[in-house]
Formats: sequence, structure tokens, C-alpha cells
Amino acid sequence: MTQLALVIDLNVCVGCHACVTSCKEWNTSGAAGPLCDENPYGADPTGTFFNRVQTFEVGQYPNTETVHFPKSCLHCEDPPCVPVCPTGASYKRKQDGIVLVDYDKCIGCEYCSWACPYGAREIDMKQKVMKKCTLCVDRIYDTGLPETDRKPACVMACPTSARLFGDVHDPESVVSKAIRENAGYALMPEWGTQPANHYLPRRKTNLKIHGDELERVDNPLKVDGKLPKPSKSDPTLDDVTTW
Amino acid sequence: MNTHNFGDSQSTITPLHDPLASPAPDAKTEVRNTTCYMCACRCGIRVHLRDGEVRYIDGNPEHPLNGGVICAKGSSGIMKQYSPARLTRPLRRKPGSDRGAGEFEEVSWEETFSILSERLGKIRATDPKKFALFTGRDQMQALTGMFARQFGTPNYAAHGGFCSVNMAAGMIYTIGGSFWEFGGPDLERAKLFIMIGTAEDHHSNPMKIAISKFKREGGRFISINPVRTGYSAIADEWVGIRPGTDGALLLALIHEIIALGLYDRDFLVRYTNSGQLVNLDDAHDEFGMFVRTEVPEEEGCYDPQNKLWWDRNTNKPVVTHSEGADPFLFGEFKLADGTPVKPAFQLLQERVKDYTPEWASGVTGIPVETIRRLAYEMGITARDETIELPIAWTDSWGKEHESVTGNPVAFHAMRGLAAHSNGFQTIRSLAILMSLLGTIDRPGGFRHKAPFPRPIPPCARTPNTPLAVKPNTPLDGMALGWPSDPDDLFVNPDGSPVRIDKAFSWEYPLSVHGLMHNVITNAWRGDPYKIDTLLIFMANMGWNSTMNTVEVRKMLNDKEQNGEYKIPFIVVCDAFHSETTAYADLILPDTTYLERHDVMSMLDRPISEFDGPVDAVRIPVMPPTGECKPFQEVLIELGTRLKLPAFVTKEGSRKFRDYPDFIVNWESEPGSGIGFLAGWRGKGGEKSLIGEPNPKQWEMYEKNNCVFHYELPRSYQYMRNWNKGYLEWSQRNRITRYGEPILIHMYSEVLQKFRLAAQGRGITRKPPAHLAKRIETYFDPLPFFYEPLETQSSDKQKYPLAAVTQRPMAMYHSWDSQNAWLRQIHTHNYLYINTLTARDADIADGDWMWVESQWGKVRCMARHSEAVEPGTVWTWNAIGKAAGAWNLSPNANESQKGFLLNHLISEELPANPDGSRYSNSDPITGQAAWYDVRVRVYKAEAGEPGQTSPQFEPLQRYPNMKEPPKWFAYFGGKKGGKK
Repeated sequence: MTQLALVIDLNVCVGCHACVTSCKEWNTSGAAGPLCDENPYGADPTGTFFNRVQTFEVGQYPNTETVHFPKSCLHCEDPPCVPVCPTGASYKRKQDGIVLVDYDKCIGCEYCSWACPYGAREIDMKQKVMKKCTLCVDRIYDTGLPETDRKPACVMACPTSARLFGDVHDPESVVSKAIRENAGYALMPEWGTQPANHYLPRRKTNLKIHGDELERVDNPLKVDGKLPKPSKSDPTLDDVTTW
Repeated sequence: MNTHNFGDSQSTITPLHDPLASPAPDAKTEVRNTTCYMCACRCGIRVHLRDGEVRYIDGNPEHPLNGGVICAKGSSGIMKQYSPARLTRPLRRKPGSDRGAGEFEEVSWEETFSILSERLGKIRATDPKKFALFTGRDQMQALTGMFARQFGTPNYAAHGGFCSVNMAAGMIYTIGGSFWEFGGPDLERAKLFIMIGTAEDHHSNPMKIAISKFKREGGRFISINPVRTGYSAIADEWVGIRPGTDGALLLALIHEIIALGLYDRDFLVRYTNSGQLVNLDDAHDEFGMFVRTEVPEEEGCYDPQNKLWWDRNTNKPVVTHSEGADPFLFGEFKLADGTPVKPAFQLLQERVKDYTPEWASGVTGIPVETIRRLAYEMGITARDETIELPIAWTDSWGKEHESVTGNPVAFHAMRGLAAHSNGFQTIRSLAILMSLLGTIDRPGGFRHKAPFPRPIPPCARTPNTPLAVKPNTPLDGMALGWPSDPDDLFVNPDGSPVRIDKAFSWEYPLSVHGLMHNVITNAWRGDPYKIDTLLIFMANMGWNSTMNTVEVRKMLNDKEQNGEYKIPFIVVCDAFHSETTAYADLILPDTTYLERHDVMSMLDRPISEFDGPVDAVRIPVMPPTGECKPFQEVLIELGTRLKLPAFVTKEGSRKFRDYPDFIVNWESEPGSGIGFLAGWRGKGGEKSLIGEPNPKQWEMYEKNNCVFHYELPRSYQYMRNWNKGYLEWSQRNRITRYGEPILIHMYSEVLQKFRLAAQGRGITRKPPAHLAKRIETYFDPLPFFYEPLETQSSDKQKYPLAAVTQRPMAMYHSWDSQNAWLRQIHTHNYLYINTLTARDADIADGDWMWVESQWGKVRCMARHSEAVEPGTVWTWNAIGKAAGAWNLSPNANESQKGFLLNHLISEELPANPDGSRYSNSDPITGQAAWYDVRVRVYKAEAGEPGQTSPQFEPLQRYPNMKEPPKWFAYFGGKKGGKK
């Protein structure tokens, strides 16, 4: 059974927010749109985004890591937002595992956002319905688009290719391979929600230098004859011993 | 978990709302390619239109620059296009109203053009330098510069002087190329990448793509920066450094690399001036210059190959690159006539002798062992991980090489190094370090982008006399150029500046991008003279693009005793209701990038790749909004009305219908075949780079993703400073006039020539007495470290901290921070301060606080951070706004909680004893020293308002601007839809 998902590589995410606005841009005029904004040009502007990047620091100076953490609906295999929905608006698609909200059934009661441990849902304050990431379900099956474009907008946009998209149930998929080979992990597994989206951790490359790598026969200082040679007048054992 | 199971979690119920159905199935859709301009990177984009409205903008996968990706800004282009801050009609300041009050009335374009052509016509007929044109971005300067030159004014520059001119000048005067548009790190092949002094975003998508691939392929990435954000966040190692001390670190690295013999000797010998003998006869006028000998000189040669080496094999002086010769890099010799000489490399080694890691540690705050390890990592990686590509090539001296080799250590640097008054020498140090490691235009190191490399310095010159400025006559020379000696300076006979910004004068001799940051102050003060009309394009000089914002705003509004403004007439061309437009007497509403033709030209700063020249165009995908007119069209029209020779026929009639017509048909001179666009030239589009005008050139660009990419043969893609084939190709295609090898200037004779003049030697011009010491000090032919000038003049006990800024990636290049979507990401800024530093000052996270320099103070909010070195505070530039500007409500967060650090930074240094003032800039290049300021911080008093200070009278809306909606639900192209 297919479970579509995103795998987000924190090792290369620079926190540029391309995924945030490309998502907003696609979806506001798409099947899930519009994505409303309150006070777009006033005090405390706030609007609906399916995807946000949080930035936080870990550790103390100078051993600090700055982490950019993009977050959207994780399309849980056992999504707690679905059973709490009183109208059946919140549902998980059988064919691909995408969790969606049926706006025509949603009454904006916000139970689902309380149930979601990840804070991934956003109530549209204008339309009073719950909105969230659709994995661009209106792109990925659109045969009107070239095949290479049938991906979520955020995946297409991401300048560092930090966002991978595919079927996490298919062991041969790009996403499964990335999770397997790079210690991919799911958020808060203790909740038993089995998030389909995964994250790849930071990976460090270090250079080990051996002391003797600094001593080489081809050292150009030998050619240039300038390896510091002590002067004949510098002190030696000859000055203090007679044997 | 206790939940009621209301539904089947694997639903089989058909949803009412079909999540796949198009919301506008009958709409007319269209995809048009053009080039982004949400920042200056200029990616290829596809604009998806639905019923004529923008529905979606994504990256063009066929484009060489971005390969389909797009950034946060590019994805928010829709909100730029439909912004309520757009200016849509020409506006004139209401008679009797004050500048800055924002009271305007609409005027027609016809009236606008008559006002301008009458006023400018009079200036041109009397004293053309009274007209000054300064522009925010450099990427249109082929046209804007041409307009200024044709007008006859020397007073023209783009924003480079207050951005990163040190990076351009320091590198180009050393290796003949620089970063960003001019060249960059070859991360495809590098193994070690060092990013130093790079704001979190510079540059955008191409760098993001490259870093990501580099990291995934196992490259090691080290970031040296006072702050860890953006790119630095994903570095394998972050090295915190005190601002303004990068030069000390780089010199210590040079010290270590030389001391350990980790330099690439073969590279230095053949491709740099390291082995060349320097005259050390102190009694001689040629002291400090390379010794020259008589060799048959090639006609019209730029850099004759007539210098000497001291050959190790014969122990005699020989002409450099003599067959079989190998120079001493160290030592001390005497020529036959008794002249004492040393190889340049010996002088470099002597220079860095005392720049030990121990010394540098005290200056930079970086541990000694870290500095040593950085040197080892660079040196060992360069030496032991060499790359060899099976590409045969021939060097300038005729030697055939079977392969191209490289040392895979790459660097990237930008304003963190540049925006200091010691930036030029710091960047010279960087270029020298990169050269020591043998990484210039080689795989895995630094690679040039066409039209670079250029000769050192490049050949363009300004005039060197005020006689070049004549009524009704084009300027006799370029307004900006590359001085090679004191005789190239653009000064009056008494040594005083000809230009309003004092560029190319003895105060800032190598100010190759001008000093836009001093134009308003100088014009206001009448020093060196008064001007009449100031035309500003796309630069927010009344706000975040200026230093000393509070005072500069007063200057813009200041009057003479007779009631006339001190700067009599100000014209601003902008697409938006910016703070600066409020000070205009006349506002010209520009279009957005989606509404215009445009070129990214080889005559300017194109978007070339490492493998060859690339230029591009913008094609309008929408009609102009209201009466907006592209600035290019304004210049063509104005040039025609003023009868500037380039824009009219001999008889004085109109030569070009409009901008697209101009681009196709203009040639640098009749029949030259050199025009703005390099692609599809020749009558039928069959030629590249040079060729006759092609009437169908725009269509051909449009059919080809709006981009022209000329891929060089592989044997011309590397070692281009000394690649015979490439240099000949470049000459034949008129990219350069000279084909000699471009040796790297480890030792800079150009700088020495200025120093000699300052010492009163030689036959060139001499500086005025009061500037001689300054020139002698800073024009050192070898890199050296000095504390930034503003820092030197600050009481460091009172002002113990450095303060710097950067732009967030989502607001790269400071544009569009008013954008409805982007401003939800960053609505206001904080002052980031190391937690321990903050606690020492009793400032809690989120507290209101003051940050104060010797020039002013700002109230703002504190944000504790562990990702900033303890001696630095920093903030995001570009977010803070004046109340009401950009059609944001007067209580918007940007003005109430957001702030500018600019209020703390002066455009001038403290007065000299004689009352004169230097620009707060690098004394060599005039680069604005944004990051030199010193500050102190303290907690705001309990009763103070929770609002940033200073505040300004809210800017009102201009005629025809609407109040923005309280709610916004953008839905592109659904007529009468949910908007």
C-alpha cells in the first residue's frame, strides 16, 4: 500500500523559506485555496501557511548549532486528527495515504488541531475551515503537467533539494533509501502516530590530519633553500662541553 | 490516547470536495518564460497565467542558473505584482508642501518629460556635472552609465560603493576576477570549502544548489563568521570571529602556509609575480617597483613581459618565463649595476613574519590551535587531493600541458570582509591566500566567469581632467573606471575631486564603483560643489540604503536662506511607495520585472557560468500596471528628447523606437557588431557574441528560455589568466583588447605607484600635502592589517561591541520586505546578542533595550543568541520601515518594533583637525564601512514605551493608492472569484 511522504534533509536545509512561499503560492490558487491572510499590510499580519520553517539554536557558544526545521503535516499512518473529526471532514486517502480535509464537511471546530501533536493544522480564520498540507495532491496526479513537474511545489522549489518526495512503503524509493542510509527519523514516535514524513539528521565531515603529513620530501622550502638553517654562530654543544 | 473513533481512518467515503479538481477548469491558462528580479541573482522563471493573472511562478528547469529551483522571494513575486504599495502614475510634489511630507499630485508622462527635458537640457547646456544619476543596482549600468556619459556628467555610479566594491576591487586588482557575477567557488570539484564573511544569503540559488551537492558528496564546509545563521548553519565547523579582523586571520594563515612550505610553488612561479625582482634601492624613483629590462615589445601591449627573475640554475637575472629558468622565490640579490633586489615572494614572507597565529588569535578571538589547524587543512587538502582533468591546453608562453590540474580548496567571501575600512587589504590577503594554495581558475578552486578574467587593472578609465566635462558634450571617458596609477585619477589641477562623490580622487583613489553613500551629504554641503538635479533609481536613500538616516533625511529637506532646497531638484524612479519617494520633487513610477523588457548583458554584469558566457533577457508577461513605465524606456525617451548623440541620428531625430528596438540595434560603434546581447546576433541570428543586429533577436531569446549560453571548448574553461587559446578567443570575440597573460599580483605595483607619488617620487601626479600620509600608509603593495578607521576613532571602553547586519534569505537584497507573504516570515527584527553579553548588561531575552554608538542610539528588542560571538551584536537589515511607508499601516510591526541600525552608522568619520571629513569608507576604494561601528547596549527604563526609537511622522498614501484590505485571499485568475 502506498504511503506518500516527504523526507526533509536537515543536513542541507539552510532555512531559506522557499518551501514556505512556493507552497502558499501554489495552494492559494489551487484546489485547496485560497489561503487567507489577515492584516496582510497591517499590524501583526497572520495567514494560512501549510508549511513553516522554525529556526532554533542548540548548545552554547561556541559549540552552537543553528537548526532550520521545516514543518508541515506529517501524513501520519495513524493520524490522530482523523478519528476526532465529528463530521468526517478529516480523512486519510486509501490510495496514497495523504491526509486531507474536506472543506465542504469541515465545520471549523478545531478538534483536529488539538489532536495533532505536531501543530501542523491551521484554521483559516476567514473561511473558518481547517487547512493543511495536501502534498499538492492537485499537482502530483495532474496529467496536464509534465511528468517531472508532478511533485509538491515545495519539492520543486527547494534550492538545496532538501525535500525528497516518494512512497515510504516502497523500499526501493528515493525516500526509503534516504531514510535507511542516513538515519532518517520520525518526529515523536512515542505518540504512536507513525508520521510518514521523516527527517534526516545533520551529518559532519571532518578532516583528520596526521602530524607527519606536514613533513614531506617535496616541501618546496627545500627547493627554495630557505628551510631555516641555524647560523654558525648560534650556540651549540661545542660551546659547553669538551668530552 | 483516549479518542472516540468517529470515522474510519482509511476513509472510503467519497469527499464532497474533490481535492484534485481544478478550481477554474474553464480558465485560459498560459505559461511564459522570463527572468526573475526579486533579487539580483536573476534565475529563469516560468510565469503561469490564468485568465491573464499570475497564478504561479516557478523555476525554469531549462535554465542554467537555477535549473528549476526557486527561492522564497521568487515564489512571492505575485505579491510584488499586486502590491498596494505600487506607484502607478507620475507624481509631482505639491507646490508649497515640504519634502518628506508625501504630498503629491498626479502629472502626465508628457508633462513629466517636458519638466525633465527642460531642466536637464539647461543643465547640460551650462554645466553637465550639476546633474547626478545614482542607481541602486549595477545590473543595468550599461544603459544608465551610457546615459550619464552621453549627458556629459561625471556624476554617475551604481550601488557598488556602498555594497561590496572592496570585494570587486581587492580581488580584481589581485587576480583579475572576483566573486559572484565575476567568478566563484567550484564546489563541483572542491573537497574543502571555506566561507568567510558571507552574509547568510550571498548569493542565492546557485550557491544553495552548489553547497547542498558539495555537502552530499562528502565535502568539508567551514564557515568563518561572527554569526551562525543561513549557510553557516549547515557548515561542518563554525569559527566565530570578531568583525573587522578577518585580515588578521588571513595573514596568519598566509604566515603558516609559507612557513610550512604548503604553498603551490609551481603555480606561484609560473602564474604569479612571486618570482619577479623588486627594486629595493631606496634612493631610486623606481623603489618598490619591479625591475624591467629591454625586450622587444609587442605593439599595443598592456602588460609587457619585461620583468626579471633571479634564475636558480644560472644564478643570474633572466627575463621571466625564460625557457629552462627557475626563479628564486627567496633571497636577496644585486643586479650588475648594483641595484639591490628581492623576489616579491621574499617581501611577502618578510611581511607576514610577525603575523603569527598567536598574534592573530589576540585580534580575532579565534584560538591559536584553530588558526593553525585551518592552515593545515587548507594546505594539506590543496597539496594531497590534487585533481587532474584530461584536458590539454597551451599556456601564454607556448608551453603545452597535457592536463588541467587543480587543488580542491574553494573559498567564498562577500560583505563581511568588504564592508570594513580595512576591507581592500583584507581581500587582497584572501586573494593571495587563494593563490598560494594554487586555486585560481583551476578545478576545485576559484573559477572565473566571462567576461572575466580582465587585465589587472581592467582597461576602462575615467577621464583624468575636468576638461572632460563640457556643455552639450558627452563625457570624454567612462564615469567609472580602473585607475592604474595616479595619472588616471579624475581630479582638478589642484588635486581636488571632479566628482560629487569624490570618487577617483586622492581621498579614495580606487573607488571603482563610486561612493553613492556620500552623494547626498556632499551635495547638501556643497563640497566639492552644489548640484542641481539628483536622479535616484531603485535605491532607498531616504532609509535603509543610506548611513546616518536621520540626518540624511534632514539634508534632503534642508533649504538655503533664500528658501531654495539645498539639493534643488530630486527625481526618484521606483515601483513602490518607499521612504525615499517622499523626498522627491518628481516620482517616476517604474514597472515590476514581470512588465518589462530587460537585458543581463555582457556589457554589464551578466549571469555567466564557469564554462562560458551567459546572458539573458526579461520579456514582459503582463502589461504595465496603470501608467508605469520601465526606467529603461524613460532613459531612451529622455535621451532622445535631449538629443544625446547615442539616441538620435546625425540630423537629430529619434533613432530608437523604444527600449527593445534600442537593444537590438545599438552597436558600440557603427559596424562593431558589439551590442547589449551576445546571443543570436547576425542578420539571421546565426552569430554569437559579435555580429550585426538581428531584428528577430528578442523572439529568439524568448524561444530559448530567455537565456543565451555559450559553452567554451573545455580547453578554454580553466587557467584563463594564462590560457593562450582562451585569451586569443577572447580577443577575437572582442571580450578583451589585450591577450597577454594576466599574472596574479601577489605584490601590487599599482599600489606602490600611489605610495611613491605620496613620497614625492617619480614623474606622476602628487597628492595634496594633507593626503600624502594617508596614501603612503594605505597604499601598501603587500597586504597588511590595520584596525578599521571608525573603530580606531571610537572609545572602545565606552563602546565595547561591534554591530553588524545582514539580510534574511527571504528578504535577500533588501527588496520586497513589504511583500504580504514575506513580511509574515519576518515582521520585525530583534537585536541578537550573545546570552552572556546580554546578562552582563542585565538584558533579558525579549527586553526593550538601547543600542548606542558615538553617532546615535536606537531602542529595540533583544534576542539572546548562542550563535553570535560575544563581542558582536547584529540584526536583520531590510525589515525596519518608517511608519506608513510602503503602504503598510502606520502601526505595522515593521515601524513599531522593527528598526534600522543605520541610525548608528555615520557616512563620515569624525572631523579631522582642520574640520574636513573623510567618508566612513575604505581609504583605498571608498567602500562604505557599514560594519566598523562600535556600540554599547543597555536596558530600556521601565516606563519607556514598547516601541522602537527613533520614530518618524507617518508617511501618507499618495494619490491613487488604496487602503490595503483587512483580509486578503489571493486567488489568481478566477474572475469575480474569492478575492
